[in-house]
Amino acid sequence: MSSAIDLMISAMHARTLFDKLWDSHVVSELGNNRALIHIDRHVLHDLTSPQAFDGLRRAGRGVRNPELTFAVQDHLVSTERGRTDETVPGGAALIRALRDNARQSGIPLFDLGDPRQGIVHVVAPEQAIALPGMTLVCGDSHTCTVGALGVYAWGIGTSEVEHVLATQTLVQQKPLGMRVCFDGRLQAGVTAKDMVLYLIGRIGIGGATGHALEYAGAAVRALDMEARMTLCNMAIECGARTALIEPDDTTFAYLHGRAYAPVGVAWEQALAVWRTLPGDAGAFYERDIVLDASEIAPQITWGTTPHDVVRVDGRVPDPAQLSSNSERAVIQRALDYMGLTPGAPIEGLPVHRVFIGSCTNGRLPDLREAARVAHGRHVASGVRAMVVPGSMKVKRDAEAEGLDRIFIEAGFDWREPGCSMCAGLNADKVGPRERCVATSNRNFEGRQGVLARTHLASPAMAAAAAVTGKITDVRRMLS
Amino acid sequence: MEPFITITGVAAPLLRADINTDAIIPMRWLVTATRDGLGKGLFSEWRYRPDGSEDPEFVLNQPLYRAAGILIAGANFGCGSSREHAPWALLDFGIRCIIAPGFASIFYENCLKNGILPVVLPLIDVENLASRQRGALTVDLVTQSISDADGRIAAFELEPSRRAALLEGRDEIDDTLSHAEAIAVFQARDREQRPWVWGGNNRKNEFR
Repeated sequence: MSSAIDLMISAMHARTLFDKLWDSHVVSELGNNRALIHIDRHVLHDLTSPQAFDGLRRAGRGVRNPELTFAVQDHLVSTERGRTDETVPGGAALIRALRDNARQSGIPLFDLGDPRQGIVHVVAPEQAIALPGMTLVCGDSHTCTVGALGVYAWGIGTSEVEHVLATQTLVQQKPLGMRVCFDGRLQAGVTAKDMVLYLIGRIGIGGATGHALEYAGAAVRALDMEARMTLCNMAIECGARTALIEPDDTTFAYLHGRAYAPVGVAWEQALAVWRTLPGDAGAFYERDIVLDASEIAPQITWGTTPHDVVRVDGRVPDPAQLSSNSERAVIQRALDYMGLTPGAPIEGLPVHRVFIGSCTNGRLPDLREAARVAHGRHVASGVRAMVVPGSMKVKRDAEAEGLDRIFIEAGFDWREPGCSMCAGLNADKVGPRERCVATSNRNFEGRQGVLARTHLASPAMAAAAAVTGKITDVRRMLS
Repeated sequence: MEPFITITGVAAPLLRADINTDAIIPMRWLVTATRDGLGKGLFSEWRYRPDGSEDPEFVLNQPLYRAAGILIAGANFGCGSSREHAPWALLDFGIRCIIAPGFASIFYENCLKNGILPVVLPLIDVENLASRQRGALTVDLVTQSISDADGRIAAFELEPSRRAALLEGRDEIDDTLSHAEAIAVFQARDREQRPWVWGGNNRKNEFR
């Protein structure tokens, strides 16, 4: 009897990873599940920070904790070799504004030419700026990427950037808990990108709104850190407030020895705390979803939101098969924008552009996967394909193992790190009605250029499209 | 921030679900260091034809809605990118209130920080409001109600502290700075408990 009560009491106090992260960062309780939350790391970039610094100056406030703040140039930068501040009209002014603001406030900046420069969500884990158990924010929605390390990380707007600069805190409503468990093993040719596209296809673009999404299960545990980052990166595409994975030996091995990771006694001390972060047995999630990883085939989007996704051996939808008028209209609009025939197979569609890179899939293992497909083959005629490493470090590491040679010999363009064609801000754009297979995260209308047609897929699938000139099931090319 | 107490304005219906912030303000308009003047980029891919002329079909180009102060939108409005340029563009156009069955989290926060009231109502109520096509609506945050010349149409809820902040047009940073003591206490304790967060004991890579 007493043991049953003990079990009930322990279940009531059992906390998830997210609960622990939340509890350990509450500065003040504000009622109604709201709290003032301490921010351990704040990362700035060129696009969304100038207005925040202007706001600070207008109010006569300073940066409270520059030692917890880092800045990197990524959104607007050119990816051309020999690049300077010059990019799109007006872009250089924002790049210089970040440089001046960082210098005046004593914030470390990974500037153009710095060997640590890269896409903010690639750089933060790679330099161990983000560590398990931390809170981290950035004025970019894909900040949830960093949750792969067991970090409460989320994207914020410019007013909140200003708020964090001034106070090192944010007022937050506690999100609900949601666990997505991928059981089983992935098939050959299937990656974390396919897992997350499959999930978004199941639950929809708003399917996790208001929730802290935690990934679990054997198929997640088996992923390397970079693949876990891909999984967390796209959680915002189903509306999640943040995404998380419990830190484990894979996490600790990844971090050990990186630039800002603790060393010696501090490492041991940190590790002891990090090992207590995983959720307690019996911890409660408001939503629990279980998926079978072994059933997932390579995925590719056909439409104009990330939940418009099919298996590569599947067909695009046919509005005539739908009963609801409003659904028919939505699907028809997406098919028209994408230039697709209702009910047609997705495989075999000719492509004009291929983009391999971004905070979703611009890391070393992503480039290896793509290079494995590109090796000994050549980009099809009429296709322009580019590889944009996620950071200077990724670029150096890739070059050290000869991946650049593989890509260049295969006819890919090998470029300098930045957000590039994912943001569609600099010169890297897809032309009107051109079809692009991209390893990035958004296929929204106009995202990669006016009237651009984007299909999201894994790096291996993107490389397969580049060398065949059409959407292709990469599994056939790996055997 | 300008307080939001009550507004009366024309409500433009744009009921498509999942309208993302790239659609609200495409990326190319973001290359600016100010918050002002973004209204011309609002929904630009839908508002303008490729030659730059207005598309007369688009709701905000129709005579009835050119001066809309309220937007009635579909579910999950404002999903995607965190760009605060989206509420800045809406505000610059003249929109102070958005009524929808639901909002994406970051966009919702960004609205409240800029004096825009996001009202969540059940889909059926949103559809009814959108199909009225009659005169102006009044959205009153004091009584938390929506009405027209014929009377009250719907009631809505907003978290009490958010409501108070909007009504008073309060600066959230000022509010937080009233917790300065608690922040200092938290940080002092954290430096002891988690020195690695603060770069201590890490001689190889002390910050800066």
